[in-house]
Amino acid sequence: MMSTKPKLHYPNGRGRMESVRWVLAAAGVEFDEEFLETKEQLQKLQDGNHLLFQQVPMVEIDGMKLVQTRSILHYIADKHHLFGKDLKERTLIDMYVEGTLDLLELLIMHPFLKPDDQQKEVVNMAQKAIIRYFPVFEKVLREHGQRFLVGNQLSLADIILLQTILALEEKIPNVLSAFPHLQEFTVKISNIPTIKKFLEPGSKRKPPPDDIYVRTVYNIFMP
Amino acid sequence: MAGKPLLHYFDGRGRMECIRWLLAAAGVEFDEKFIETSEDLDKLRNDGSLMFQQVPMVEIDGMKLVQTRAILNYIASKYNLYGRDIKERALIDMYTEGVCDLGEMIMLLPLCPPAEKDTKLAQIREKTTNRYLPAFEKVLKSHGQEYLVGNRLSRADVHLVELLYYVEEVDPSLLASFPLLKALKSRVSNLPTVKKFLQPGSQRKPPLDEKSLEKAMKIFRIK
Repeated sequence: MMSTKPKLHYPNGRGRMESVRWVLAAAGVEFDEEFLETKEQLQKLQDGNHLLFQQVPMVEIDGMKLVQTRSILHYIADKHHLFGKDLKERTLIDMYVEGTLDLLELLIMHPFLKPDDQQKEVVNMAQKAIIRYFPVFEKVLREHGQRFLVGNQLSLADIILLQTILALEEKIPNVLSAFPHLQEFTVKISNIPTIKKFLEPGSKRKPPPDDIYVRTVYNIFMP
Repeated sequence: MAGKPLLHYFDGRGRMECIRWLLAAAGVEFDEKFIETSEDLDKLRNDGSLMFQQVPMVEIDGMKLVQTRAILNYIASKYNLYGRDIKERALIDMYTEGVCDLGEMIMLLPLCPPAEKDTKLAQIREKTTNRYLPAFEKVLKSHGQEYLVGNRLSRADVHLVELLYYVEEVDPSLLASFPLLKALKSRVSNLPTVKKFLQPGSQRKPPLDEKSLEKAMKIFRIK
């Protein structure tokens, strides 16, 4: 049976789909994208019963229409051996991913804040990263001395952390300055062939959100 | 011999309640250590017991698990409430995330400024009636089975039934046009473990009253 490529349904920008793009790319899985540009397109997906909760992200994969970012990430991670070798490793990966997603959420919401609040939020993100999240991962890497966060192999935790670090560095270039192991981690994970390819121009990685993206999102999703 | 899981949280529902429900449904006895003051929370933080300085935290099987989803995923996996294969897990994940989205709105309602409360309540009613309950009713209708996934009890049923109790607290009439959901609620509520948890004197927590809300806000230093 010939399997078709996964198909991603989302606006043409990062948002909540970017993590999915990262994980598929890291797993070496080619995928197609159908970009949402108008309210009418969203309506069509909703009316056609393609969206379980009337929302995107939605990924058509293996005969399913998966929604809810975490469900999509878990499915891909499971399928492509990015979720550890046993329940304990999986649980560590889960904890690390959930913490990182809390931080990533601030980045996802940032473009939609009032302009006056945006600068303040960058300060908040930097503080959270430097005080709450990075020390945890720095310590993990320092203590086991391995290249990857869990189980000495690439997992969802590494991919989501790298995504978040790079996105933060776009706003706060020296955010990793106090974290030598995370700096090394960033270089090493970025050099994994599939990830390196994704980080090159011309890949399906999306650029930082701009005004056009924000306007598109408002047009599609605001009532 | 492993001891009982130990739950660290304040004496209220919050983000720990779904964990209490799942443990109870799985027939797992657990202990609770209640955080009463911000000093109690500080102590947990200073002990290094909280990976990201946050609760919920559950001590279980030699681990100090944090992040609600990671904790739920571990418990569900350990007690065979997470489906039989990757596809069932994907379905369970999607349904769980949908429940979580609506549950989050309901949980945060008490924290809403009084001026916004009516609007928020209207949003909750709308989403409940038009988005979430129809989705789950449709799932049950589509396969005609007694449980959401795989023709047997899974965490998705437990999370959904918990949510249906909260929907009922908001407004009992919201469940009126969903006969299959009412039947699921009844069926799951009558399982011996769940029935026991629903009785007075169990570890199930009541809705947040004014006094408990103030206490929680003091503990977590929310203004």
